[in-house]
Amino acid sequence: MNEHDVLQILIPLGLLVVLTPLLGGYMAKALQGKNHLLSKPLRPLEALAYRLCLVDEKEEMTWKKYASSLLLFNLFGFLALFALQTLQARLPLNPQGLANISWDSAFNTAVSFVTNTDWQGYAGETAMSYLTQMLGLCVQNFLSAATGMAVFLALTRGFVSRGSATVGNFWVDLTRSTIYVLLPLSFVLALVLVWQGSVQNVAPYVSSTGVEGGAQSIPMGPAASQIAIKQLGTNGGGFFNANGAHPFENPTPLANLLELVAILLVPSALTWTYGVMLERRRQGLVVFAAMFTLLSAGLAASLWAQYGPNRSLGEPAVIEGIDTRIGTANCVAWSVFTTAASNGSVNCAHESLSPLSGGVALVNIMVGEVVFGGVGVGMAGMLVFILITVFLSGLMVGRTPEYLGKKIEAREVRMSMVTILAPSAVILIGSAAALMTPAGLAGISAKGPHGFTEVVYAFTSAAQNNGSAFEGLNANSPFYNVALGLVMLVGRFLTIIPILAVAGSLAGKKSVAARETGFRTDTFLFFALLIATILVVGVLTHFPSLALGPIVEHLLVGLGRTF
Amino acid sequence: MRKQTMFSTRLVVAAVRDSFIKLHPRTQLANPVIFVTLVGAFITTVVIIANAPEGVSAFEAQIAFWLWLTVLFANFSEALAEGRGKAQADALRKMKTAVRARLLDGEKETVVNAGDLKTGDSVVCETGDFIPGDGEVTEGIATVDESAITGESAPVVRESGGDRSAVTGGTRVISDRIVVRITAEPGRSFLDRMIGLVEGARRRKTPNEVALTILLAAMTALFLLVVVALKPYADYSAGAAKADLSKVITIPVLTALLVCLIPTTIGGLLSAIGISGMDRLIRKNVIAKSGRAVEAAGDVDVLLLDKTGTITLGSRMAREFIPASGHSEKLLAELAQLASLSDETPEGRSIVVLAKERFNLRAEVGTLAEASFIAFSAHTRMSGVDIRGAAGARSIRKGAFDAIKRHVESAGGTMPANILTVVETIAKSGGTPLVVSENADVIGVVHLKDVVKGGIRERFAQMRRMGIKTVMITGDNPLTAAAIAAESGVDDFLAEATPETKLRRIREEQEKGYMVAMAGDGTNDAPALAQADVGVAMNAGTQAAREAGNMVDLDSNPTKLIEIVVTGKQLLMTRGALTTFSVANDVAKYFAIIPAMFAGLYAAPGGVGPLAGLNVMALHSPQSAILSAVIFNAFIIIALVPLALKGVKYRPVGAMTVLRNNLLVYGLGGLVAPFLGIKLIDVLIVGVGLV
Amino acid sequence: MRTAATAFAALLFFTLLTGVLYAGAVAGIARFAFPKQANGSLVVRGGRVVGSELIAQNFKDPKHFWPRPSAAGFNPLPSGGSNYAPSSAALLGKINERKKLGMTREMLFASGSGLDPHISPRAAHDQVERIAAARGLNEMEKNAVRVLIAVRTEGRQYGLLGEERVNVLLLNLALDEELRRE
Repeated sequence: MNEHDVLQILIPLGLLVVLTPLLGGYMAKALQGKNHLLSKPLRPLEALAYRLCLVDEKEEMTWKKYASSLLLFNLFGFLALFALQTLQARLPLNPQGLANISWDSAFNTAVSFVTNTDWQGYAGETAMSYLTQMLGLCVQNFLSAATGMAVFLALTRGFVSRGSATVGNFWVDLTRSTIYVLLPLSFVLALVLVWQGSVQNVAPYVSSTGVEGGAQSIPMGPAASQIAIKQLGTNGGGFFNANGAHPFENPTPLANLLELVAILLVPSALTWTYGVMLERRRQGLVVFAAMFTLLSAGLAASLWAQYGPNRSLGEPAVIEGIDTRIGTANCVAWSVFTTAASNGSVNCAHESLSPLSGGVALVNIMVGEVVFGGVGVGMAGMLVFILITVFLSGLMVGRTPEYLGKKIEAREVRMSMVTILAPSAVILIGSAAALMTPAGLAGISAKGPHGFTEVVYAFTSAAQNNGSAFEGLNANSPFYNVALGLVMLVGRFLTIIPILAVAGSLAGKKSVAARETGFRTDTFLFFALLIATILVVGVLTHFPSLALGPIVEHLLVGLGRTF
Repeated sequence: MRKQTMFSTRLVVAAVRDSFIKLHPRTQLANPVIFVTLVGAFITTVVIIANAPEGVSAFEAQIAFWLWLTVLFANFSEALAEGRGKAQADALRKMKTAVRARLLDGEKETVVNAGDLKTGDSVVCETGDFIPGDGEVTEGIATVDESAITGESAPVVRESGGDRSAVTGGTRVISDRIVVRITAEPGRSFLDRMIGLVEGARRRKTPNEVALTILLAAMTALFLLVVVALKPYADYSAGAAKADLSKVITIPVLTALLVCLIPTTIGGLLSAIGISGMDRLIRKNVIAKSGRAVEAAGDVDVLLLDKTGTITLGSRMAREFIPASGHSEKLLAELAQLASLSDETPEGRSIVVLAKERFNLRAEVGTLAEASFIAFSAHTRMSGVDIRGAAGARSIRKGAFDAIKRHVESAGGTMPANILTVVETIAKSGGTPLVVSENADVIGVVHLKDVVKGGIRERFAQMRRMGIKTVMITGDNPLTAAAIAAESGVDDFLAEATPETKLRRIREEQEKGYMVAMAGDGTNDAPALAQADVGVAMNAGTQAAREAGNMVDLDSNPTKLIEIVVTGKQLLMTRGALTTFSVANDVAKYFAIIPAMFAGLYAAPGGVGPLAGLNVMALHSPQSAILSAVIFNAFIIIALVPLALKGVKYRPVGAMTVLRNNLLVYGLGGLVAPFLGIKLIDVLIVGVGLV
Repeated sequence: MRTAATAFAALLFFTLLTGVLYAGAVAGIARFAFPKQANGSLVVRGGRVVGSELIAQNFKDPKHFWPRPSAAGFNPLPSGGSNYAPSSAALLGKINERKKLGMTREMLFASGSGLDPHISPRAAHDQVERIAAARGLNEMEKNAVRVLIAVRTEGRQYGLLGEERVNVLLLNLALDEELRRE
């Protein structure tokens, strides 16, 4: 690593730190319906949405109503996306005449995009019509992210509320998140991306005859608009198969930088929004600090591993799967960012990363997508970890544990444990099932420990709604499409529903005025404790997988073994 | 109550026997962690027996042995805690034996069995009789020996009406005769409930215990999945490495890993911690009516304390003589002493004592000839003495300002101007002024004041550091109350308190989300005691009060509230600390077992694979590593039994300091201890030749 | 029921907003502001599309600069990397093959997209000898080629971002032009 490589890391980190309070403060206003920068131009659009959708803006929902609205909305989104895929051959905006998607792949993809996973079993440029990309995938890019923000808002209200039975209005949260946050940000980013070279049209693919006579079909499409939201909404589903490595998705270093920052921008800013909504900035800062520290630690480890020599290949540095304009530093940074957040887009091949760099990506996902995590849900997941941390350490100070003056009791612990248990359980069950069945084994391409990692990575990515992959795994088969689809559903909704239940339960509780001498959650000690809890829970669950996958592969590469 | 050592031989023997009885699956189901361990031990045993024809592996047999022992150790800790409670219950039960009751039916008296008494019956108890059941004195006054339940040998007075009317079944009347109306059904008396409680017979899980059990159950489920998934993981890896792990990855080994990972330490000790928490309170002569109350005590934010008896000594004391102009302090002291000679109240005694201390005055009743003592009367509101001597008649009086003023003026004197100022200053400072006069002369003022108990200020400072607000309850006027509050260092006060204002104050604090504790004894305290989250009734108090509170202090010492809070905190801390310890232990166990299981993976022929590098403890062999981890896991339960029973030490410092200290000890300690322990056991079992 | 109606209406509303209007607005602005980029940065020579600036094409003639190896075979449909593991024996084999062909540095490794349009300036310079041999260039011409690489090298963006690189298609077009002129 030279100083230039270091710069590639420090610039996005610096931008993140600067933008977090700016966007966070804006979101706190916009999402709570206060006056803000874009009220004037966009408020009529918000009002129009409520009028057209029969929404009573003033209605306050119980957590059950909130959850059922969310589920129903997502169900409709799933059905629409499934239908678009399976009918696309007969629908317009399909200049390449792409065929209908098979039922299993369509199921997988529909689940994948509705759950904000954006795992891709298909190759965009050869499978999805423009109509499917626009009306299906792009729309769910927005809506799944907005759904996540709604979950965050509901949970935060649970902490803020003083004994009310409601957690907000799902439709209002959804609308404000989309119109005031995701749409304007995406619009600006999309235009910059086009300027840098991303395509944006609905023209047929262009045939070309190369300088040496080779024929190529150059893909087109409304890519820039979709790439912008896929980065900003922690979606990660590429317009093209190579995702952020594709020159049309990520044409220049500037585009790369903006897309990189966009991965973490909203999740990071939400930590600030959280502090503002609580009227306790330090609480948000502690969350940000914990996330940022875990991110930085992962970055350091991954950089160290990727810049090191590879004895198996006898090369001082391996750049398999890394495009030249992107380079190793940006590849590693992206791989860490995209797995820390549940984005899952890639700008280089994760499968070809050094064992420990791939391992860092895997660990980032394994710890529960709480190191920034998905838009909204990452923050919510982090708050669940905070509840668990508070519960364990709160007992140790000799009181019934409290967070922000609300008692953490059996119900909160039960729901919190479900959100931690459910994804881990399906990772373990799914991986085990794949490793035991011919259909599962058939997808594995790498030999040795790497093949094992392919499977674990796939189920981990699906369960935690990340969406990145060790792409060597051939997962576009009925087995993987269905299994991973189910895992994504569990990972998404068996976390969202209990989180909303916690929100409802907390909202109904009295909040105790802060005690000066009580247990404080805005201190360095708590910050350290939170990090320890996240690592211990994640690592204890997945240590065997890590040992049999990345760790043993790293040791074997150190011995120069190949498979 | 008789004190016991923690591990008397008799208790241990009984606990060992109970450990086996508790193996019944139905008993185990209540504790998911230990239940899984039991199932694991069972499966391992079955596997070994099924494979017996091919020869029994000594290694696997040892795993099975230690797994069973893990379950037994967990049972033992619970049995021991229960046993200690039982021993106390047995002592209590002795009091119940064969008590006869003299049932009153109008004027007629019949002798019946105590067990046949019903609520509302009236019984007569005379000198030497055991009181047959819980009740209220409706007639008479008696001294009662309550040492059987309080351990206090001095007899107490019980009388009808007022706040000392409650009597407890099983106590004995030492003198006089009382009529008692029975207030508890047979089998539901206070004593019965105490016995039930200490036996843990009707012990229900407390809220925090429930929450913690959920957490532990979830972790157990998670690790169960981890271990189940590990089998296909290992099979695939073995295939990829072309290695044969079938000899290593066996059901006994996987079970061993499972049991090491699930939180058996806290799981095994959880109920012992709960039982011993109540037990510790009983040792302090406090009976908690439910475990919930003990836990709530740890959460207390606001403590309501009666001024008298808790913050101040029971009565006011003379502190100062302030003479009127023209008179000496010594004269004032002398006259005040004379006026108080026959005054047997603590206030009166304190004036005599103060005069003795200051001027060595030693007047005594017998030495005064021709003296007639004037007792205090509500009419005159004065007391004093009339002496006829050579110098003529001296009429010495002490009393309230108004009374003396009237007295002096009727004798033709006047109240000196400076006396009024003095009296006002004293009243403002929370004291009571007593004006002393001789004939028509006002001699001066005696300053009586509340005496704050020694050390109470530090105690309150301690509470503040613990995050607890103290509120003084007093019938005094706000001025007086404020002065005493300032002197004692209490955080807040409620002056001119009535039962209604007390109740309102409790509700207000609870509205703010605070947990409130209070102590009380009178019937009028009952609503407040019931409303408070922790209501400690004094055993000497009325039956109503004892029913309303959720704890009863047998010593009737309101200061005990503080100890109750500490006990509640210890209970929660012990749970949290042992959970942290248990989870932190897993790291080392992974480092023992994973390399042991997978050392053969990707190994060069005859060598070890790269994962052997994770064997950071340099354990002797895969088998010794696994066995050491299992043995450590079992023994740590036994090793921590004393801690579970005694509770984590609590020091009254800020919450964050407590957290930091406990994290260092139980978090960091939990991380490091098993590395050392497992290594040590490995060296031992290899040395002994077990593997 | 009302919730279902709202859910349905909301899905329609947001589909229109984020699926049609949003993409349409971006495309509309792009068409005027960045028409070339929005349509694939196509390279037209003699009225004929010879490729896209951003999409690598298969140069295998030793007279041309070669791009990075493509796991996709330079076929953009679909794009993608090799997805070889870092411990892959197959990758080791590929690397050794490429070494035999005289490839160096990142040229030993397939790109992530399979369509990487760039190589590093050093990797370009490493190819000069081969090109010179194939084209029979003298020292002066070789120097001209080296100058061409330098001219065609894109620095780090704003001097800070990304890596130095040369666009292989544009370089080869310039090379062909340069040498034809001479």
